Amino acid sequence: MEDLKDVILEYVIAEYASEDDKLTYDTPLISGGLVDSFSMVSLKRFLEVKYKISIPDEDASPEAFDSVNKIADLVKRFTG
Amino acid sequence: MPNIGSYEERIKNFDWSISEKELGYQQGDVINIGWYCSDRICEMGNGDRLALLWENAMGEEKRYTYNDIRVYSNTIGAFLRSLGIKNEDRVCLFMDKVPELYIGLLGILKIGAVAQPLFSAFGDESLFVRLENAGTSAIITQRKHALKVRKIIDRLPNLKHIIIVDHDGKKELKEREVAFSMEANRVDKLELFPTKAESPSLLHYTSGTTGMPKGVQHVHYSLISQYLTAKWVLDITKNDIYWCTADPGWVTGTSYGIIAPWALGVTQCVLDAGFSAEAWYRFIQKYKVTVWYSAPTAIRSLMKAGDAIVRQFDLSSLRHLISVGEPLNAEAVVWSEKVFGLPFHDSYWQTETGSIMISNYPGMKIKPGSMGKPFPGITGTIVHPQTYEPVNETGVIGLIAFRPGWPAMMRTYWRNEETYKGKFKNGWYLPGDRARLDSDGYFWFIGRDDDVINTAGHLVSPFEVESALLEHPAVAESAVVSKPDEINMEVVKAFVTLKPGFSVSEELELEIMNFIRKKLSPLAMPQEIEYIDPLPKTRSGKIMRRLLHAKEWGEEIGDTSTLEND
Repeated sequence: MEDLKDVILEYVIAEYASEDDKLTYDTPLISGGLVDSFSMVSLKRFLEVKYKISIPDEDASPEAFDSVNKIADLVKRFTG
Repeated sequence: MPNIGSYEERIKNFDWSISEKELGYQQGDVINIGWYCSDRICEMGNGDRLALLWENAMGEEKRYTYNDIRVYSNTIGAFLRSLGIKNEDRVCLFMDKVPELYIGLLGILKIGAVAQPLFSAFGDESLFVRLENAGTSAIITQRKHALKVRKIIDRLPNLKHIIIVDHDGKKELKEREVAFSMEANRVDKLELFPTKAESPSLLHYTSGTTGMPKGVQHVHYSLISQYLTAKWVLDITKNDIYWCTADPGWVTGTSYGIIAPWALGVTQCVLDAGFSAEAWYRFIQKYKVTVWYSAPTAIRSLMKAGDAIVRQFDLSSLRHLISVGEPLNAEAVVWSEKVFGLPFHDSYWQTETGSIMISNYPGMKIKPGSMGKPFPGITGTIVHPQTYEPVNETGVIGLIAFRPGWPAMMRTYWRNEETYKGKFKNGWYLPGDRARLDSDGYFWFIGRDDDVINTAGHLVSPFEVESALLEHPAVAESAVVSKPDEINMEVVKAFVTLKPGFSVSEELELEIMNFIRKKLSPLAMPQEIEYIDPLPKTRSGKIMRRLLHAKEWGEEIGDTSTLEND
């Protein structure tokens, strides 16, 4: 589980954060303004490619993507 | 009784001098938006009134009175002057929705310089083309966005100053960078530059089908339109708590997110955070927002979040709701009436018009899904797309057209007079949208008259995205069109052919998406990439975007006689 969270956190830091952002597993990503709704599409695509899953649009809500912890929970639902 | 009173009566007896008189302006006077939005309100005895209630994603809160924004805009103006910035120099505002963005705009205008607000999510290439085109002298930004400026500074010899408003001293400033704290100094008196009606005020960039973004030049006299439209369409009164959700990187965020509310002396709120239904409702509840100006994409996102969440908050302070940016679908109007007890009133205008042109007015019957009727003083109609003569039959689709001459109309495209002149046909200004009129005189939006993509109310140029795609090492050719989207109305879709040695993969698709997101902006990022080889072309080799667009929208393909062998 930590591996999964670390992979997601690392990707979010690399792709969306600036060097001043100090991110944790609980940092609000969408409501915090770090990842906007358009960029969320690329984050969803990353998860789908990385974990070979398909996340239906109805599950890809801003709330489900609002932190690394929540994203990890979402990914786990589809990876079994 | 709403501010507008009777729409029908206003139509009969309208003159822009109504606005001039209320603002105490006479032809030939000095007119400076920065002064009208701060000093004037203080001189009227309202210096202690709250001008700005600001909150960010971490829940930090700041409050500024009209006297505060008067003083801090003086401070910013004085600092710019000390750097050698003079009237008509372009000063870019490139920040998140922090107080310095809002107050900084007034400071720039007070010294007669031209404010150039740019969306802070723009990538370095989007930023570069707009700064280079404008010949921008200074940029006011935050340290996280300064990183993008550093990447392009070598190509911008005119950019003399990079002003960082949140420098913490931990890292060294780089070439041309200077730290500035708005609240560290208070400049009580600033000599105002005596701008006149036609003095340039703002330069807003907007995207077109071909060519690079165009700088829309506005003047200080635009205030006359912005003030009165806010008073009559948004129905703002001095006791309101007003929330415009638009980012000042776009024209709604300046015309109705800074200029109009502050010229009216109202208290406005700003939430500097990403979207979430819960955060938005909590914000309305906390600050007791009364007038709410938002956008269809946000409203549809709230609809998607459901009705139950609405009931968790006390939103009884709301009294008037307005929408802008793209057509507001009838379902959203019906939904808002159901959950808020108030319908959203659609309004229509664009960067070039500078102020609201068509709207549903308080007190007037709303036809859900319609754009409404022209603002008093605006002559608007539908013209034939070839003859540019007014279409006199109801229900016939044509081009929206306005008689030029309202105060906030753009004065030109920056260094692009030819394109500006091309916007006028047969004495009409053509905003580039198609619509129809019904028998009651209501306008009904149909779509753009060109290939520009309207995503979440923001225009994206397919040409700009196609050009950026070609800079990716794997892309040989590209064509960009819109595709329908439930929330954003349209999103960007790219069709690409790959260079030899590259093969189709999901990893490559993600790489290209991120490439565009960082280079241009998240809005411009293709949400879908389709590999197609060859792209449909005319016999002369021009890519036929029209066919790809028709495919995405399930429309008739139409005439394909010029299509290259398929």
